[in-house]
Amino acid sequence: MEQRAAYLVRGLSKTYRGATSRANDGIDLEVPSGEIFGVLGPNGAGKTTLVRQLVGLVRPDQGEISLLGHDVIAEPRVAPRLVAYLAQEEPALAELDVRRAIETTGRLRGLSRREAGAATKDLLDELGLGGLADRPLTRLSGGQRRLACVASALVADRPVLILDEPTTGLDPVARHAVWSAIGRRRAEYGTTVLLVTHNVLEAETVLDRVAVIDRGRVIACDTPGRLKAAVDDSVRIVLVWHHEPPYDDSMVETLARAAIVEGRRWSVRLERSRVRDVLDRLTQAPLFDALEDYTVSTPSLEDVYLSLGGTRPDMDKQ
Amino acid sequence: MKTAAREGRAVAVEPGPVVSLGAGISAVAAGQLARVRVARGPLMIVATVQSLGLVILLRGIVHQRDTATAAAVVAGATILVVGFVALNLLAQRLGALKANHALDYYAALPVSPAAVVLGTAASYATFTLPGVLVTAVVGDLVYDLPMARLWFLLPAAATAALALAGVGALLGLLLPRPELATIAGQLGMTVVLFLGLIPVGHLPEVIRGLRLAVPGMLSVDALVDGLRHGSTHWLDAFVRLAAAAAYGAVALAAAGAALRRAVDR
Repeated sequence: MEQRAAYLVRGLSKTYRGATSRANDGIDLEVPSGEIFGVLGPNGAGKTTLVRQLVGLVRPDQGEISLLGHDVIAEPRVAPRLVAYLAQEEPALAELDVRRAIETTGRLRGLSRREAGAATKDLLDELGLGGLADRPLTRLSGGQRRLACVASALVADRPVLILDEPTTGLDPVARHAVWSAIGRRRAEYGTTVLLVTHNVLEAETVLDRVAVIDRGRVIACDTPGRLKAAVDDSVRIVLVWHHEPPYDDSMVETLARAAIVEGRRWSVRLERSRVRDVLDRLTQAPLFDALEDYTVSTPSLEDVYLSLGGTRPDMDKQ
Repeated sequence: MKTAAREGRAVAVEPGPVVSLGAGISAVAAGQLARVRVARGPLMIVATVQSLGLVILLRGIVHQRDTATAAAVVAGATILVVGFVALNLLAQRLGALKANHALDYYAALPVSPAAVVLGTAASYATFTLPGVLVTAVVGDLVYDLPMARLWFLLPAAATAALALAGVGALLGLLLPRPELATIAGQLGMTVVLFLGLIPVGHLPEVIRGLRLAVPGMLSVDALVDGLRHGSTHWLDAFVRLAAAAAYGAVALAAAGAALRRAVDR
C-alpha cells in the first residue's frame, strides 16, 4: 500500500569538498505526515547535513528527496514554501529584538505586515515571550534566545517543521511551552515535525518515530518503544568508583571489558539474567567500599544506538 | 523502479506563496534597519565628514573658475559617500553574514537571493542620503556651482548606489574570508576616492581606459556634466546613468547567484 509521507528520502549521499568521509551515506527515510519524527545521533553523525539537504540548502551528491509530492532536488526553492526550518543557531536574527525577529520571519514567509504583526502577538503570548518582546536577542540568556528563535520558526504555520535541537538550553517551563505549541499545531493542522536531537530522554518522550544515525547512515528507524524492545533483555548499570577500580577482582575485570569508561564512571549493559549476581557482588565488601555511586536502569535509546554498532556514546541523557 | 516522488503523496500539497521581490526587499531592509538603529548615526557622520573634509580641503588648490575640476571634486566626493557605505560597509556586512552561516536563514525562506542582496543594500543606501545631500550642497556653495542642477544628484546617486552595492555585495559573498571582504571593501573605496575626485583629463591614458570599470564612475561623470556651469549634454548624462544602472543590475544579479552558492558549501 502506498505510504502517505511528508518526506520520502532515497539513497541520499553527500561528501563535503575536502572531506575524507561521507557526511551522509545512502540515507533512506520515510517521515509520515502528522508525526513527530526524530533524527537521533551523536555530534558529527550527519544529522544537520541531512536536514540542510531536506530544506534545499545543500544539494546532495546522490539520492532523491520528495516533500509532500514535490521533488526537492529538482526544485530546491519549493522547500522554503512548505517547511519552516530552525537551525542550531540563527545569527541572522541575533541583533533584532524578539518582536522584530518573529515579524520579519513572518513577512519573509509571505505574510502581509498586518498578518505578521498579529501572528507575532499570538506567538509572544503562546510562548510566554511578551515581557521580552522589545529586547534584542543578543541581550537575552541562551534559553530565552532559543525560545525566540523557536517562535520565529512557528510563525506563518507551515505543514512541516524541521527543528534542529529546538529545546537546547531551555528551562522546563519554556520546554513545556514549546512542546505544547508544537502539539497544538499537530492537533489542529496535522503539522509534521522533524526533530533533530541528541537528547535521548526528549527523544523517548516526545517522538512518534525515530531514525538513529551514525557516521552518516541510518542504523535503525522505528518507534522508540519498538527500538527499545529489541534490547529489552538488557539492563544498564552505571558505576562510579572512588579511586582506581579494583581490577584484581575477576568480576571487575570482566565488567571492564564491556564498559564504556569515562574517567571513574563506567557504564555497562548486562543481560537481565546476570544483573542479580553482579549486584550481589557489588553491594558487598570490598567492592561496595570502592564504589562512590551506582545506578541500575532499563534500556534507553542510547542502548539501542550502542547495540546497533554506534560508536560514540556522547548523546545527551539530560 | 519507483522514485521517491512517485512513492510520496498522490496529490502534491500546494506550497505557500513566493515572496515578491518588492515585499522581500522591504522586509529584509526593515530588519536590517532595525538591526543598525543604534549604529546608524555614527556611520552617517563618518561617511559625511570624510567627503565634506575633502571638498573643503581641495578648495585650497582648486580655482573657483576651473568649474570642470570643481564639479569633479564635488561629484567625486558626493559619490564617495555612497561608496563608503554601499561598497565598503556592505562588503563587510555580507562577508560577516556568510562567515557565520547567517545566510542560511534567508535561504530557508521563500524569498529570492536578489531580494536579500537588494534589501540589505537598500538599508545601507538609506544611510548615504543625508551625506550625499550635505556634501553636494556644501560643495556647490564652496565652489559656486549652479544649485538649480542639484536635482540631478538623485538619479546619479541612485545609479551609483546600484553599481557600488552590487560590487560590494559580490566582494562580501565571493571572497572566502570576512577579513578579505573588509580589506577589499576598503581598497575599493580608496579607488573610488582617487578615480572619482581626480578629473578624467588629469589621469594617465591607461588608467582613463580602465576607470569606467570601477563602480560609480559612470555616475560621477554624468554628475560632473550636470553640476558644472555651461550647457549640459543631458542625453549623454542619462545614457551614462542608464549604463551605470545596467552595470549595477548585472553586479546585483551576480551577487544573488553568489549568495546561493555561499549557502551550499
